[in-house]
Formats: sequence, structure tokens, C-alpha cells
Amino acid sequence: MKTFYWLVKREYWENRGGFFRAPLITAIVFLVLNFMAIVLGEVLGRSRGLHFNTASDAMGSSLSNPLGNLDNKDLSQVGAVLDMTLYGFTTFIVCVTAIVVFFYCLGALYDDRRDRSFLFWKSLPISDTNTVLSKVASAAILAPVISVVIGVVGGLILLLMGVIAALFHGINVWQVLLEAHPLRVAFNMVCLIPLYALWALPTIGWLMLCSAWARSKPFLWAIALPLGSAVVVQWFGLMGLFNLPAAWFWTNVPGRLLMSLIPGGWLRDTSSIGNVDKHDISGALDSVGLSFHYSVLGSPNIWIGAAVGAVMIGAAIWFRRWREEA
Amino acid sequence: MNAVITASGLTKRYKNSLALDGASFQIGAGRIVGLIGPNGAGKTTALKAILGLTTFGGELSVLGLDPRKQRDKLMEEVCFIADVAVLPRWLKVKDAVDFVANVHPRFDRAKCEAFLARTKLQPNQKVKQMSKGMIVQLHLALVMAIDARLLVLDEPTLGLDILYRKQFYQSLLEDYFDENKTILVTTHQVEEIEHILTDLMFIRDGKIVLDTDMEALGERFSEVLVGAELAAAARQLNPLDERQVFGKSIFLFDNVSRPQLEQLGEVRRPSIGDLFVATMKGTYA
Repeated sequence: MKTFYWLVKREYWENRGGFFRAPLITAIVFLVLNFMAIVLGEVLGRSRGLHFNTASDAMGSSLSNPLGNLDNKDLSQVGAVLDMTLYGFTTFIVCVTAIVVFFYCLGALYDDRRDRSFLFWKSLPISDTNTVLSKVASAAILAPVISVVIGVVGGLILLLMGVIAALFHGINVWQVLLEAHPLRVAFNMVCLIPLYALWALPTIGWLMLCSAWARSKPFLWAIALPLGSAVVVQWFGLMGLFNLPAAWFWTNVPGRLLMSLIPGGWLRDTSSIGNVDKHDISGALDSVGLSFHYSVLGSPNIWIGAAVGAVMIGAAIWFRRWREEA
Repeated sequence: MNAVITASGLTKRYKNSLALDGASFQIGAGRIVGLIGPNGAGKTTALKAILGLTTFGGELSVLGLDPRKQRDKLMEEVCFIADVAVLPRWLKVKDAVDFVANVHPRFDRAKCEAFLARTKLQPNQKVKQMSKGMIVQLHLALVMAIDARLLVLDEPTLGLDILYRKQFYQSLLEDYFDENKTILVTTHQVEEIEHILTDLMFIRDGKIVLDTDMEALGERFSEVLVGAELAAAARQLNPLDERQVFGKSIFLFDNVSRPQLEQLGEVRRPSIGDLFVATMKGTYA
């Protein structure tokens, strides 16, 4: 267990740039752009003579205290919109991490064979199983956790910017901010990571297998094999043998092998949401809660994918044991 | 002999060449063995087989374990420096020490830090900021702090300047080697390790062609400086090799009695380098 902890730590040392700095910088850039947009809006607004606060002064207290007009139900709607912003921003950051993890998996068992440094790791009493599993854990758990934390913190800063911008116009919306549920959002996102890991397993397994197996250009192999096979299947109409359209193959083979790192990919397989009132954002948000996401566990797709992923990780371990330098 | 490595009939075939062709040898505990051979003779393949890094045919036991099946257990007692500069470029000195200290049960952290204190390496320095010689210093500090029973070195000093090379072998001898440890080393710089070896093996075309300890080597092989008038007589004794120096001939003999040779001229112990050249004659022809 101690060895495993240090192996994951090693992955973090090596990939600090991708796991930590890439999502962090993305978040900062996004926030800075957002800040600039607010400033630009203010400047343009003033130069065109749009004086929002004077207008509000003229209208009396109704705008400077907009919350006064909202009842509890409306407040919870506002809170839901804020939560959506948090979810959206976090998902955006997790997407960035997904790209990082895609390339991390492709290099994880290849790069050190190419620069021969795998011989150093192999000179230590670490089993190949532990080595490979530590890399799977870094891709499936460590990177998403870091990403979610950065996403939620960044999302909160985004909301804060909005509130401060509103304050400049004399609109006090602190109370609205209290209607957001950052802890619940963070908790839900963290709780979704196991599901995400399970769903992403075929992609992680496939990329790691290519990484452990390829003597050169793992990227090319990883992309060319699934896409090539899909083209062949479509060309010869092979899926007709199973009375399935070629599209089925595209979604379930190359799609699952290459695209499963995209967050929320499982949503097609969840149980239906039922009747959602389009105007009731809060209610809609509640109905796409954890139990909605985890209902995907009832579909065979995620389990078959995970099993295939596990087999491919097993194969990657075998190749890690016997493959020599690239 | 208390054997650390026993190999018999080691065979390894790559696509179109035979890297090991039935090599058999035994290495005892507390020895420093040089495995010397020309490029492509199978040295590295033999070491890889011993370290469980490759598949092969034949019997091989290292510390009583089969490197093919029990590699994880074997690596607790075996250490190797595969090549110069194979440490990952992103690794920091302090992280390397931390990592090995936490994954290796036989690692002595204090010892490693003492070795590092004798170098110019800084704790926050990354491998990519080091010269080749410094990388080897770091690797050696890590490896020497591991109480392994067998240390395998594959060209450990290739590309280093003479200061680093001398320091490398001196540290190994003074601070690491003892009667419980065994060192197996391959190198092309034969002259530099000549005085530290206890045993010598020559490998050629995947076969062990010479396997002897250094004392027996002096008894078995002799080099004789013969004047022109006696050269014909010397050739009668089937010398391994003959070369000309300043109008005289130097003959290399295997297993010819010493009194007989002393009649021909001045007898001395051949250097490993000369013996190697004589043994490997025609390798690249």
C-alpha cells in the first residue's frame, strides 16, 4: 500500500504540469477573460451614456434591492442558476483534464521505454502490476479530483465576480450568493468521479495497452486501429450480420475506446428523466442528481466497457513485464 | 562454490540473429566478475536474462530464483545500473531519495545522503540539469545505499571522463563491495577495471569462450618478448597471437610451461586488453 502511494506520487511529480497546472491555468485564463469582459462592459456602458445605477436610483428602491421582490421559490431558482454555473465551469475544467489524461495514458507506458528510464524503475522491487495500476489510478481518480477542486473553486470566484460587478451598480446580491450550494456541487462532482472512472475504463485501458505494446507511435496505433476497423465494418456492412446498423459499431467500439474520457458520456444510457418543467430550473437540477447519474449502472454498456477495460489493463501489465525498450 | 548465478545453455534468438547461443557459466558469492565481449556478442542480452528483463531458453538461477517467474522477489536483492543516464529527466534529487527510501526495503537513507554530500548535487536539482557524470553519481549513491546481494552494471561509465570513471570504481570498491556482495560488470574500458576484477569471462557470438579467475589467468596465459632469431621456435609452440614491436615479436601463449617460455625471452603477464584482442581476432571479419 505504501509502495502504491509513492507510485501515484511519482506520477504526480512527473505530470504536475498536466494534472495541476493545465486545469489551473485554463481556469485562470477563463476568469481573466471574464473579468476583462465585465470591465469592457462597464467602460462601454459608461462611454455610451448608459447609467444603469442612476436609472435604478430613479426607479427607487425596487432595483437596488431586487431581492425584495423575490419569494422563496424564486430565490431557489436563482440558486439553481448559480449552481448550474458551478457545474458548468467545473465540467469545462474536467474536459481540459480529460484531454490531458488522454495523452497521459498514451505516454504512460511508452515514454519511459523510449528514453530508457524504465530500466531505472525496473531496477527497484516494484511489480509491473503495481506500476500499471498506479498509472490507471492517476488517470481515473487523481487527475479528475484535482480538476474538480480547481473547477469548484474557480466557479465560486466566477460567481463572486458577478456579485462584485452587481455591487458597483448598487445592487446587493450577496443574499443570492447564499442561495448557491457550492459544497453540494463539490460533493456531487466528487461523488461522480467513481462513475466517471468506471465509464472511462475502456478508453484508459485501450490507450494504456497501446502505450505498453507499441514499439513506436502509440498515438497512431491507438487512433488508427479502432477507426480503421470501423471503416472496414461499415464498408462491408458487417454489422448487418447482427441486424445492427454500422452506427452501432461506431458508437460502441471506436466511441467507447477513444471518447469515454469526456465527462457525462454515460448520459445516453441513464434512465429517462421523466417530466421536467422547463421553467423550473431548480426542480430540473434536482432531478439530474446523483441517483439519476448512477442509474446508468443498470445498463450493460458501462459494465461491458469496464470489463473490456480491465482486460486491456491486464494485457498492458503483461506487455509492461516483457516489452523491451522502444 | 556458493553460486549466486548458475546458467546453463542460455539461448536467446532475435528475429534474424542468435544473441545467446547456449552460454553456460557460474558466478560465486563475493566475486567481481567482468563480462567482456565485442559489440553484439550478447553481453547485454545475458544481463537482461539475469535481471528478468527478457525471455530466453535454458536454465538460469539467480540467488536461487528464476528471473522469468520470480522477478519481483528477485529485485529486492538485486540491483542494476543498466546504462549511463537512464534516470528520468524530471526527477529531483530529493524526490529520488524519498521514492527509493519508501519503496525499497533494503535502502539505507543515511548512507545515501552521506554519498550525496560528497558530490555537488543539490536536493532540488533535476536530472535534466545535470551532466552525465553527475547523473551517474546520483544513480550510484542510490544503488550503493541498497544492501543488495548482486549488483549488475552494464557499461556504467560509458561516455564519462576519466575523473568520474576512476571515482566510480573507487567508490564501489571502498564503500560498497564486501564478501557478501557480488558485482557483475560489462565494459569496453577493460584496462580500467583490470585491477579490481576477481574473475573474467569473455563472451563471443553468444558463447562464453573464456571463464577464469584472475590468479589462474596469470598462470595460464603468458606473454613472451622474443628476438627475431628465436621467433621460428616460438611459433612452433602454437601461440595465440603474435605482434611486432621494435623488431622483436611478442607472442601470447595459452598453457605453455613457464621454463620452456623463459628460454625464448622475457616472460610477463599479458594485459586483459591484449588477451581480449587475441581471443576475439576475426570477430568483425
